Amino acid sequence: MTETALALPKRSASSLPWVVVVLAVLAALAALPLVGSSYAINLVIEVLIFAIFAMSLDLLLGYTGLISFGHAAFFGVGAYAAIILATQLGLGIWASLAAGVGLAAAAAAVIGYCCVRLGGVSFIMLTLAFSQLLFAVALKWRAVTGGSDGTGGLGRPSVLGWSLTDPASFYYLILAFFVVSYVVLRRLIAAPLGHVFVGIRENEARMQAIGYRTRRFKLLAFVIAGAFAGLSGGLYAMFNGFISPESMYWTASGDVLIMVILGGAGTLTGPAIGAAIFLLMKNFVSTRTDHWMLIIGIVFICCVMFFRQGVYGTACSLLQRRRTKR
Amino acid sequence: MTVLELDNVNAFYGESHVLHGVSFAVARGEVVCLLGRNGAGKTTTLLTIMGYLRPGPGRISYGGRDLAGMPPYAVARLGFGFVPQERGIFPSLTVRENLTVAARRGAGGRWTLAEIHRLFPRLQEREANLGFQLSGGEQQMLSIARALMLNPTLLLLDEPSEGLAPMIVDEIIAILRHLRQEGLAILLVEQNMHTALDLADRHHVLSKGEICFVGSSAELEGNEDVKKLYLAV
Repeated sequence: MTETALALPKRSASSLPWVVVVLAVLAALAALPLVGSSYAINLVIEVLIFAIFAMSLDLLLGYTGLISFGHAAFFGVGAYAAIILATQLGLGIWASLAAGVGLAAAAAAVIGYCCVRLGGVSFIMLTLAFSQLLFAVALKWRAVTGGSDGTGGLGRPSVLGWSLTDPASFYYLILAFFVVSYVVLRRLIAAPLGHVFVGIRENEARMQAIGYRTRRFKLLAFVIAGAFAGLSGGLYAMFNGFISPESMYWTASGDVLIMVILGGAGTLTGPAIGAAIFLLMKNFVSTRTDHWMLIIGIVFICCVMFFRQGVYGTACSLLQRRRTKR
Repeated sequence: MTVLELDNVNAFYGESHVLHGVSFAVARGEVVCLLGRNGAGKTTTLLTIMGYLRPGPGRISYGGRDLAGMPPYAVARLGFGFVPQERGIFPSLTVRENLTVAARRGAGGRWTLAEIHRLFPRLQEREANLGFQLSGGEQQMLSIARALMLNPTLLLLDEPSEGLAPMIVDEIIAILRHLRQEGLAILLVEQNMHTALDLADRHHVLSKGEICFVGSSAELEGNEDVKKLYLAV
């Protein structure tokens, strides 16, 4: 078998430059509060929160091959649950956040159980339908959710008596959550379970032929993704102090899909970058024109037409190509 | 000892009746071959056994156990190693990961990663490469190796020689012979008569979803009518 060259690239071609890049990004993120304005700090906090949200969707879209068009539902459940439990039942902030994550995972378990039996377009439509159902609950259950006005009052936590209310300390808290989420998801993907998810994406029938009950694993991916979406929702509730039904409307699910695809599905890092691009564009373009969605739409279309693998995915394959040429 | 037995099995694609009362059996240490032209129902037979198609009337049994209504994952866990025509390598997993992902089911049997590497040294050399970087022959070996990781008692192969260089086909035939000697039951679907004659103990020729000839390699070789009518020679 000499038809293939031996010098083909191998996946884990991790070399020194990558370590340098990661350390530089971490250092820049850690240094931001020392040099940035509070506007910049708050913007990056939002980016980091939505990066967790986008990475959670990437586990479904990029790794397991499940196109969920209702992922904002779990973000919403996490946010609403944290606020409602803290303000109406008097739970502590940390306990409310944890309960929000748990409830988001539980909602994902119920919704996922119904959705993973279907494939293709039916799966997409059913996730959309369920998320609109939860949106309707948030909108109509006024006594608890505040209806279209939304609800708030979660506040920001303290750690070991150290209050995290000022932007800089809160920023480090969110950065810590982001780094931990990233590492956990990265390790999950590299673990045998991650290979099962990838196998399902690439050839579900083959996974069944080697003895996997693939529906269960799809449900598991759905629940894990729902939990991380719930975490990002809870953190957003802390950050913003407020949540309204809009955050779980279908357009919000569309936004996070755009973040994932823009950055590069199936790369984990890409969706985090996609969240940054999306929110930075939203912030800067929307100060100049009301039609910022038009600009984002055009960028998204170009991305889908010319950079199928997203910004990060395209950059990676260009780098890889250069490396193999050498 | 009979491992797999099909008794008057029927199968449908939606409304259309594609298998008409197919019956045969495969025993330990035996290679049984299904031959026939395109669309004769060979692959359909394998898919029906594996549970991908809902069978109509008829009985498929494995060691006396009825497989009716079992989904593919359950059939696989009983000890069926399925090697499909498209090979189904996971392109973005490494060669090693393609094997270990299958090893989670059926650990502690004859086949470990080390044993697979002994049988397929090439896969050890390529273990860090991604699935999509393999040649056709390597993919076929990986597909067979992955099925072995389940520690099956029965191997089902759909046209393993298709599109491969003769040298590699010989290599794969030698490996399948070795596996038969170890006592594995093998059900082979082939278009290539030479591979089939080389390997199989018994041949069943399918045409339009029915078995129209059963015989040994010698009997098949001597029967010009069957070869002319039902096989593309």
